[in-house]
Amino acid sequence: MKDPCAHCEEMMQPYLDHVLTDAEMLEAERHLDECEYCRRRYRFEESLRVYVRNAAAEQMSPELREKLSALRIPLE
Amino acid sequence: MKAAGTVERVDESPDAQRLATEARDRVRFEEDALALADQVYRVARHLVGSREEADDLVQETYARAFRSWRSFTPGTNLRAWLLRILTNLNIDRGRRQQRTPQMQPLEANDYYLYDRLAENGDGVTDEERVVERLSQDDIVSALSAVPHDFRDAIVLVDIGDFSYADAAQILDIPVGTVMSRLHRGRRILKRELADAAVEEET
Repeated sequence: MKDPCAHCEEMMQPYLDHVLTDAEMLEAERHLDECEYCRRRYRFEESLRVYVRNAAAEQMSPELREKLSALRIPLE
Repeated sequence: MKAAGTVERVDESPDAQRLATEARDRVRFEEDALALADQVYRVARHLVGSREEADDLVQETYARAFRSWRSFTPGTNLRAWLLRILTNLNIDRGRRQQRTPQMQPLEANDYYLYDRLAENGDGVTDEERVVERLSQDDIVSALSAVPHDFRDAIVLVDIGDFSYADAAQILDIPVGTVMSRLHRGRRILKRELADAAVEEET
């Protein structure tokens, strides 16, 4: 039988993406309930995703915003 | 009937009405598209290498969108429609080809980054504290080191909040391919982040 933590590691991305089957979801949750090691790593992955999203939040410049508005086709 | 003015107006009105409706639809389209500009920019910024390139690409996208607004079907996803234009322009401009030929990037297992960061963390294992050991710059530069095909999937889904189905449509690839690129792309990203974090320690 496979190492349960290695198996849990493989299920992490699909678990967080909500694409596991019900049976797999149950299996992952059963393992997470009793395994602090995996639980911590799942929570880390969740924080990481939020962190990536926030780090990537660069605003466009006001100049670009103006240029985009200027591209509008004038009414005749 | 001598009410010439009235007759004239009746004659003209179907045409005038059509034009007025069209003008109104177009103005609404342009306003809707501009309201999405921040979100479009956010995605563009990470699809290409630099701020300047992103600015150019977004301008070209809007110029094309405003010209071909009639081909947008009202009620469908405008943000996905704009991103489809943007990714096509990005490919047309040959930016992909300028990148180094696709080497097989190194992937980390999914627990690898946490383990690397926690290992060097003076006993700090709390996951939120561990993630803060990465700087915003680390993330931005790690993301730009992920090869295009994988990065596109990450940027659209994890940053742009598109569904797998929308990302598949935008990139013109099957949904299964989006999922596998996303999965591998995140592992490549984590590998890059681990390397960056370890480099900073030494």
